[in-house]
Amino acid sequence: MKLELRGITKRFGTLTANDSISLTVQPGEIHALLGENGAGKSTLMNVLYGLYQADEGQILLDDVAQAFAGPGDAMKAGIGMVHQHFMLIPVFTVAENVSLGHEQTKAGGRLDLAAARAKVREISARFGFDVDPDALVEDLPVGVQQRVEIIKALSRDAKVLVFDEPTAVLTPQETDELIGIMRQLKAAGTSIVFISHKLREVREIADRVTVIRLGKVVGEADPSSTNAELASLMVGRSVELTVQKQPAKPGDAALVVQNVSVIDPRGQIMVKDVSFEVRRGEVLAIAGVQGNGQTELTEALIGLQNRVEGSITLDGKPLTGLGVRQVLDAGVGFVPEDRKEDGLVAEFSIAENLMLDRSDSGPFVKGGMLQLKDLAEFAAEKRVEFDIRAQSIETHVGRLSGGNQQKVVLARELSRDLRLFVAAQPTRGLDVGSIEFVHTRIVEARDAGTPVIVISTELDEVVALADRIAVMYRGSIVGIVPGDTPRDVLGLMMAGEPAPEVTAA
Amino acid sequence: MSDKPEQLPVVTAEAKLADAGTAPTPDEPKSTRILREITTGSAAISVLAVVLALVIGGILIAVTDARVQATAGYFFSRPTDLLQAIGDSVGGAYSALFQGAIYNFRRPGFADGIKPLTETLTFATPLIAAGLGVALAFRVGLFNIGGRGQMLVAAAASGWVAFSFDLPFFIHMIVALIAGLVAGAVWGGVVGLLKARTGAHEVIVTIMLNYVAFYLISFLLRTPGALQAPGSNNPKTPGMKDTAVFPDLLGSGYNLHAGFIFAIAATVFVWYLLNRSSLGFKFRAVGENPNAARVAGINVNRIWITAMAMSGALIGLAGVSQVLGTVTTGFSSGIDAGIGFDAITVALLGRSRPVGVFIAGVLFGAFKAGGFSMQAAQGVPVDIVLVVQSLIVLFIAAPPLVRAVFRLPTPGVRKAPRAKKAVA
Repeated sequence: MKLELRGITKRFGTLTANDSISLTVQPGEIHALLGENGAGKSTLMNVLYGLYQADEGQILLDDVAQAFAGPGDAMKAGIGMVHQHFMLIPVFTVAENVSLGHEQTKAGGRLDLAAARAKVREISARFGFDVDPDALVEDLPVGVQQRVEIIKALSRDAKVLVFDEPTAVLTPQETDELIGIMRQLKAAGTSIVFISHKLREVREIADRVTVIRLGKVVGEADPSSTNAELASLMVGRSVELTVQKQPAKPGDAALVVQNVSVIDPRGQIMVKDVSFEVRRGEVLAIAGVQGNGQTELTEALIGLQNRVEGSITLDGKPLTGLGVRQVLDAGVGFVPEDRKEDGLVAEFSIAENLMLDRSDSGPFVKGGMLQLKDLAEFAAEKRVEFDIRAQSIETHVGRLSGGNQQKVVLARELSRDLRLFVAAQPTRGLDVGSIEFVHTRIVEARDAGTPVIVISTELDEVVALADRIAVMYRGSIVGIVPGDTPRDVLGLMMAGEPAPEVTAA
Repeated sequence: MSDKPEQLPVVTAEAKLADAGTAPTPDEPKSTRILREITTGSAAISVLAVVLALVIGGILIAVTDARVQATAGYFFSRPTDLLQAIGDSVGGAYSALFQGAIYNFRRPGFADGIKPLTETLTFATPLIAAGLGVALAFRVGLFNIGGRGQMLVAAAASGWVAFSFDLPFFIHMIVALIAGLVAGAVWGGVVGLLKARTGAHEVIVTIMLNYVAFYLISFLLRTPGALQAPGSNNPKTPGMKDTAVFPDLLGSGYNLHAGFIFAIAATVFVWYLLNRSSLGFKFRAVGENPNAARVAGINVNRIWITAMAMSGALIGLAGVSQVLGTVTTGFSSGIDAGIGFDAITVALLGRSRPVGVFIAGVLFGAFKAGGFSMQAAQGVPVDIVLVVQSLIVLFIAAPPLVRAVFRLPTPGVRKAPRAKKAVA
């Protein structure tokens, strides 16, 4: 089915999220929609899916104009969406999830699950998926859950499939498999819209690339364009894709982690017997697919986990058993992986957020009273130093873009005297320009002699920053390898393969 | 696209366009956003909610008025009769409300004329104190529905000190006051402790502790040697000793007592606490985002306990003000007079801001003072005032409704042009 968007314009108040965007996807074509966060990709797809009504413009399927009042209409017309955050009910089985919303019933309103199971099996067989219709979704690995989403869309006879940032949650190997699936779908005549900001994948799979910036189509690119070309098109200026950094000059071991295990409240072992050390002036990256214990390990370092076994010492002093307050006071700076949830108070001003982890004592509290003048001066200074784009230091951080929010977190953490800097997913959800800024700051901290730990699921980030890389899989460290280890080796390690014998460092 | 292919454009020319986008609306859960809007939304909604409630109250007054009903029967022959009847009933009722709450023009002289206002402030005193307590808890993200229990316990402790001890003037009062505050703090603090230690939800715990307090006090009031007045069979305490009673502020001709001064002091204290102190900063941080507070090294459990204790103490001040100021002749288990629940309304109307709570407390004090005179003068049932109060809460709980009625813009949409650049 041929999909055509013609002059789609969508405004929210005075903000024009989509400015007369036109796009054509031919049958059996993979069309990549490339753009930074906030460029308007998701808005456009929500218009296509009937979640928003366009202010101007038309949606045409096989040259017939469509009017979608809601996702139901879009689905009926043959549009399927594989959302970035899966729209699945974890405690339902695969078959139940697939039939949800258009359940077939037998006499008396009884669910016809047998039909749903048959459908799942039929589609699985067609595309070579290995999906058990009776498995509970919550028991399935992320990659398989995504296949359930795809089956769901196909079971409604989708002729146009939209993949919204589908690789964000996948391992490199799962990503390869997904790309294979997309090629199969394409061969079967499905039109595919592939939304991403990962240049490598776009170049690998797309037949055509449309780049969106600030709500407008800024150009159509050939998949054979280089990364730098695509990135500059996306950002609007030329971008440093690699971080400029000198070789590390590592000093003594500052943080020593020995045989650490973390047990969660349900009694499950989330981190299993992990040992490593971080030296002054080096970046240790902890790589791994989301959910392999990195979060718990980070929380154990910061004092957020209750049941931690083994020993963690910083400059010879134990960190295990300390509360968050004491860990921070020991000189640990921390960028949490979910900045909105754990790093910032959205309703607080920039200034207030800058003192969030120094609310007990320190420069901004004297005798239990806030020193608002000192805080204002400090905030004004940091706003300039960290290039936080906001009207004033009184602006609520909830109104800032993700990149500026992260700058507030960095400004707060890096302006203390640090003996260790821990950054978890420091550039998640950020645009290319902000990533550049954050990476530069991290390398600066390293060069100032601070031991740095970067926890990241993005291989690009790991490779860009790391002097050494520890790869985690199912709570254990598979191996610690040098920073220049090839990606395919890292990819295999992230899937649990032990490190090749050349393991050094 | 295939029909009008664009090549890779020259990038630099495009760079100046970067002035439109901003962060999309912060994706926080809808429920917490609505809750925050209800408890701490804008002052305009509060004012408009009151206006709207008064308008609907006026309609109810008119509809229930006998003369309006009679004249409506011949509306088409003499429409002026109906309009005049409506004007008389609504105008009369609201003017009686005003005269009962602020200034009575029918009384001779300023000293007598202003008496209703002092009554209003007297009624407002416990509402302000308790409203501040509920508001403080709101700001920490806690729903303190336990005002009744905290008031009763505080009143009992304070009253017991006031009628059974012999202490010098002033010192007696202070000791009784402190006893009440401590009792309220303990009754509230227990809730914080249970929440921090076991995860028990404060709404359920506070509601249940209301019953515990009520029946405990009822039992003590029936037990000779405990709170019951000696030689009496009624579940009522003896009168307070004069040394412990709050002094009158304007002489014996008025009911206004020193409790009002404490209410003002409490307002200033809570404002200072929330806006200038390190503890208040932590309170607000925990209230807005407990996860971020925890990661920033703030002991969230301790904050919950402290906040509930302070909330209980403020509500305790309302109980103390009742027994040492308003009803000094001894009290029964109805001494809380529903203030513990009205305080929730006051805190909502005041948007959980100390000054807002103060104003809302005075307004509700005025409703209480004026409601009776409205009934006496115009025969309008006092229940109309309760309806108006309830409508205020209803409108505050549904900000989109008020915005729709007055065609106000939805917050969040107009924020778009604020942030200069999304691409940083």
